[in-house]
Amino acid sequence: MAGPLAATVEPVTGRERRKRRPRPARLGWLFALPAVVVYLTFVIRPLLLTVQYSFYDWNGIGAATWTGLDNYVRLVTDPELSGTILHAFELILFFSFVPVLLGLAVAATIRQIAQSRLALVARTVLFLPQVIPLVAAGIMWTWLLSTTGLINQLLSGIGLGSLTRAWLGDFGTALPAVGVIGAWVQIGLCTLLLLAGMSKIDNSLYEAARLDGAGPWREFRSITLPGLRQEIGVCVTVTVISALASFDIIYVSTQGGPGNATMVPGLEIYYLAFAEREVGMASALAVALTVLVLLCVLPIQRLTRDGTR
Amino acid sequence: MTRTTSGRRPAGRSRPLFAMLALSGALAAAACSAPGGDAPATGTSAPAAVKTTCGTEPVTLKGYFETGFPLPKTLADAFTAQFPNVKWDIREDQFAVITQNAPRVLSDDPPDLMRIPQMSELAKDNLLLNLDTYATAYGWDKWPASQLEQMRFGSNGERGAGPLYAMGLNFSMTGVFYNKKLAAQAGMAQPPQTLADFDAVLQKAKDAGITPINQFNGGATGGLAFPLQNLMAAYGETAPINDWIFNKQGATINTPSNLQATQHLEKWIKAGYLAPDINSQDYAMMMSRFIGGKNLFIFSGDWESGNLDKQMAGNAGFLLMPPAQAGGKQAAMSAPLTYGISAKSRNADCAAFFLNWVATDQKARDLGVQVGGSHPMGPTDAYMPAVGKDTVTASTLAAGATIGKDNGAMDFIANATGAIYAKSWTPQLQKLAAGQQTPQGLLTAVQKDYESQVKG
Repeated sequence: MAGPLAATVEPVTGRERRKRRPRPARLGWLFALPAVVVYLTFVIRPLLLTVQYSFYDWNGIGAATWTGLDNYVRLVTDPELSGTILHAFELILFFSFVPVLLGLAVAATIRQIAQSRLALVARTVLFLPQVIPLVAAGIMWTWLLSTTGLINQLLSGIGLGSLTRAWLGDFGTALPAVGVIGAWVQIGLCTLLLLAGMSKIDNSLYEAARLDGAGPWREFRSITLPGLRQEIGVCVTVTVISALASFDIIYVSTQGGPGNATMVPGLEIYYLAFAEREVGMASALAVALTVLVLLCVLPIQRLTRDGTR
Repeated sequence: MTRTTSGRRPAGRSRPLFAMLALSGALAAAACSAPGGDAPATGTSAPAAVKTTCGTEPVTLKGYFETGFPLPKTLADAFTAQFPNVKWDIREDQFAVITQNAPRVLSDDPPDLMRIPQMSELAKDNLLLNLDTYATAYGWDKWPASQLEQMRFGSNGERGAGPLYAMGLNFSMTGVFYNKKLAAQAGMAQPPQTLADFDAVLQKAKDAGITPINQFNGGATGGLAFPLQNLMAAYGETAPINDWIFNKQGATINTPSNLQATQHLEKWIKAGYLAPDINSQDYAMMMSRFIGGKNLFIFSGDWESGNLDKQMAGNAGFLLMPPAQAGGKQAAMSAPLTYGISAKSRNADCAAFFLNWVATDQKARDLGVQVGGSHPMGPTDAYMPAVGKDTVTASTLAAGATIGKDNGAMDFIANATGAIYAKSWTPQLQKLAAGQQTPQGLLTAVQKDYESQVKG
């Protein structure tokens, strides 16, 4: 109950207090100063520098030459670079849609059995991937998905030996395979968030619906889903960002291979900056990626926020 | 910064935004001078006078070595045992990390001695010390020229000639390792003498149900570059390949003989001579499968000799890629284990003395072979430690002699530019392995990337 209430009430009181007593607000900035300085030094300054670098041709050490928008032109004309962005969008399907949909289903199921010990176990197990470092998850899945890994052994075991392959080394399956790893990591987070959201929905709504003769599906559609609007918004936002800005899972499992089949912007930025030493081009791609993330996330935010007003 | 944040108090909703914008502007203005210029502007000339000793005063050499290869550390310890006034402060990283860090480390935190990745750009940016004076002082210039040419970099931007910018701890030899037991099963009585013989062995192995070749080709490490370059040298001359690697003017990888070589590799892929999952294997997986007796051949280098002598004692053999015609010249990739001195090093004299000691001291040469598995640097008639007959180490050292006689040493096509391996060879070879790229398409694509990288 406290969640949405606090969110809508607090800004109002905050604003009123500031109007009435300006002095403490100034004092407040003083308290915030250390954080502001750190933020400016380590977030805003690098951000601006990246924008600046993106207009140069620079190897990171020697003298830089101003090239204007050349890097951005190459970004849209070089299919290898623009291809990475398409891969990132494909990953949204796995990193975002799958976890949110499955998370909804799982959360609804767990809610039904909320009192039992099984629910606790299920919650813990599903959340575990969030606790494991992404690098460890990547290594583990590399083993599972390798030619002799568990996935292929299982397939052979149930007579589907013809399907076995090197999942991460096959052009057709590498990107989906990486996506599965991402989905596995994200589903716990989504489930937990959605469960928390469900617990705040007033039970009397469900009772009323049941009295009106609503089935479980109708309950889910008319009560649970609208009640979870904000939580779904958070899930989608977080997972879409992680898909667009993905790096660690791919770096560990495929390094962009085979043949650039899993190359994503995050990894390409890294290669451009540290292998090809094209800091300008890497910065341009980074700026483009930031803009892209904002373009995707801001509408999602607006969409989910409007519903609560 | 303080003024903008505390001086402007936000009273309305838009004020913080304004403050933020003003601040961004201020910061942008402050940062607006062009980036770069961290590298010393000069430094291409060698020091005029040098000392050929570490002296007697206490010295601490700062080293930046590669993790996973015990040789440099062992040599450093042995050096301190002989020269107790020299202590070490060693930092270790994986090669990939060293590659990424090299320019910044050489510029910001200059080590006295550092493992050097592809060095063209580092030399161009004046980050490495010109070693010519030491070369004359120690007589390195009297050694076989081929040992040092990969570490020379000219003012025209070409490698292979010009001032010396690094030195080897030893030089490695690459070729084909084979499993002797499986070779017998496949009916390989003696090492194949021609490429056709080699193909025949591959076919026989396949018929006998043995995986003929396994090679790492996954992630960012396209290991098919090893057999490909061996095939290139079997079909053509080594000189044009070296010219290409050294960025010589007008050099191209897209030649008729290289096309034949790439087509030959494609033939192997299509015939099923390579394990079907090479695109998902990294180097470690290839080695563990080979040591586990899962396949007949791998393409690798003599840095594995000691390891194979231990883990496959008596069961591992080494051969050089056979020539296209019987009795033809043989070639192999052979590269020094490159170490350089930062242009900003404060103990350059002592670091150079160490490099000379590694090549000339008897104990150091012993360690070079026993621990490193590779041939030490130095004059041809220098002391060589005895090696057990029938060991892989013995055959790789003998192969080194053959390559020396045939003048068949090549640098690695992956070393042509800093990014050519990860960004060009690897994806292209992975596509070739998956049947998604043609031999001609591969060479054209690599050449195109190469030209843009050499130019840039």
